[in-house]
Amino acid sequence: MQVVDLDRSTRRELNAELHALKKDTNETHWRVLNPGGQHALAVGLDAPITVEIAGHAGYYCAGMNRQATVVVEGNAGVGVGENMMSGKVHVRGDASQSAGATAHGGLLVIDGNASARCGISMKGVNIVVKGSVGPMSAFMAQAGALVVLGDAGDALGDSIYEARLYVRGAVKSLGADCIEKEMRDEHRAELRALLDQAGLNGECRVEEFRRYGSARTLYNFHVDNAAAY
Amino acid sequence: MCGIVGLFLKDRTLEPKLGSLLAGMLEVMTDRGPDSAGFAVYGDGAAAQVKFTIRCADAGGVAEALGTALGVDVSTTIHDTHAVLTLGAEHEAAARAWFRAERPDVAVNGAGRRIELYKEVGLPADVSQRFGLESMAGSHGIGHTRMATESAVTTAGAHPFSTGMDQCLVHNGSLSNHASLRRMLVKQGMTFETDNDSEVAAGYLSWKMRGGATLAEALEAGLADLDGFYTFVVGTENGFAVVRDPISCKPAVMAETDEYVAFASEYRALAGLPGVERARVFEPEPARVYAWERH
Repeated sequence: MQVVDLDRSTRRELNAELHALKKDTNETHWRVLNPGGQHALAVGLDAPITVEIAGHAGYYCAGMNRQATVVVEGNAGVGVGENMMSGKVHVRGDASQSAGATAHGGLLVIDGNASARCGISMKGVNIVVKGSVGPMSAFMAQAGALVVLGDAGDALGDSIYEARLYVRGAVKSLGADCIEKEMRDEHRAELRALLDQAGLNGECRVEEFRRYGSARTLYNFHVDNAAAY
Repeated sequence: MCGIVGLFLKDRTLEPKLGSLLAGMLEVMTDRGPDSAGFAVYGDGAAAQVKFTIRCADAGGVAEALGTALGVDVSTTIHDTHAVLTLGAEHEAAARAWFRAERPDVAVNGAGRRIELYKEVGLPADVSQRFGLESMAGSHGIGHTRMATESAVTTAGAHPFSTGMDQCLVHNGSLSNHASLRRMLVKQGMTFETDNDSEVAAGYLSWKMRGGATLAEALEAGLADLDGFYTFVVGTENGFAVVRDPISCKPAVMAETDEYVAFASEYRALAGLPGVERARVFEPEPARVYAWERH
């Protein structure tokens, strides 16, 4: 195991070391000590390695991740896993705003709560939040799935395109063009698989969830509005 | 962008360390606000006395002239460009009138039984050092690092702002209805020293509390009346509160232990606090007032 102590080396040195790894590296297990909430930890990784952050992380932790598994053993700041392409990001504590923003792929698991705008503009990532999500989550979500075991705040899925939102608890309100939708077998299967991937096999039942998605009324220009121009 | 920090101690044995803990937090927030900094510390106070924190060229001379004019004893502690003048609480109004009439060059940062309030242009670490924050003791303190975006880099524009006895506010954000609110508050008898939007927020809360509201009630009312982006940290003689606008535009993170409640714009500023690894670290929710009081 490679250990990097951020009390002794800088974040830039850490990220440079991680970026220099070849895809077939044998140094596949990294542990980062004393993160101290620093920003941009383990960003832009592109190798099948595991990086454990031993504490709280600042902004954009594991942003742009490809292939790697990044575990934050505390809370994560704004934009954790932002624009990730693949791999897995696991936050053991809470995540701040815009978790998984614009992410194209991979899996983001948050053991605690995520605050406002979780999954904003998500483009294919799967996000599992074991706690609750704040207001405006999945705003303009385009693809992928957001699973919330707790509650969702105001305006869930506002202006959503095609992502699938599964919420077990209460939804404070739905955003524009977001509606509750039927849970079909394909959705139950997807949800079951995501819960299993998040390590929740056997702990919660898919029947307890409701699905939300796009009413698709904002997709096309409405001719009745033509006079406005 | 700006950085704000706050520390409210529950454990009295930590009080001698308040200044050094706050100084550490403030310095980490330099990245968010390198052009000026300020802080308020709630330290010792005597019931029958009032402390004025003033800034001017010859604080010693001001204290002596004030004492002579009012015929009272004024004790003075000089901290670089600032001074703390302590006198009998019954002379507060007379002292304010004297400053206005005789020494308009004197800026009163704040006044109260316990508050001392310092602000200056420069890097936060330099500002802390000039005023000796490191060695200050107290029950709670609030700090701000400023990156001016819409008004000049001046001492007067630095936070915290104090518009009532023992009250102060720091703000990250910007208000859009501060001009109309200021007109309303001026009609209600409030006075303002600057054109700064954050001073209007402070004045609004002082006005509410003057009308009998608690700190938490004043902030609840502010959620309806203040329009714009804000994370506020507010101090009163015994209280400490945090509120964010309804869309949580500006960052905030808190850590609570049995010993303290701490606030910062980013977790980095909390990372050096004693026992923070055992703290409950959480993000304050939008449009929710968090308030603590010590008796």
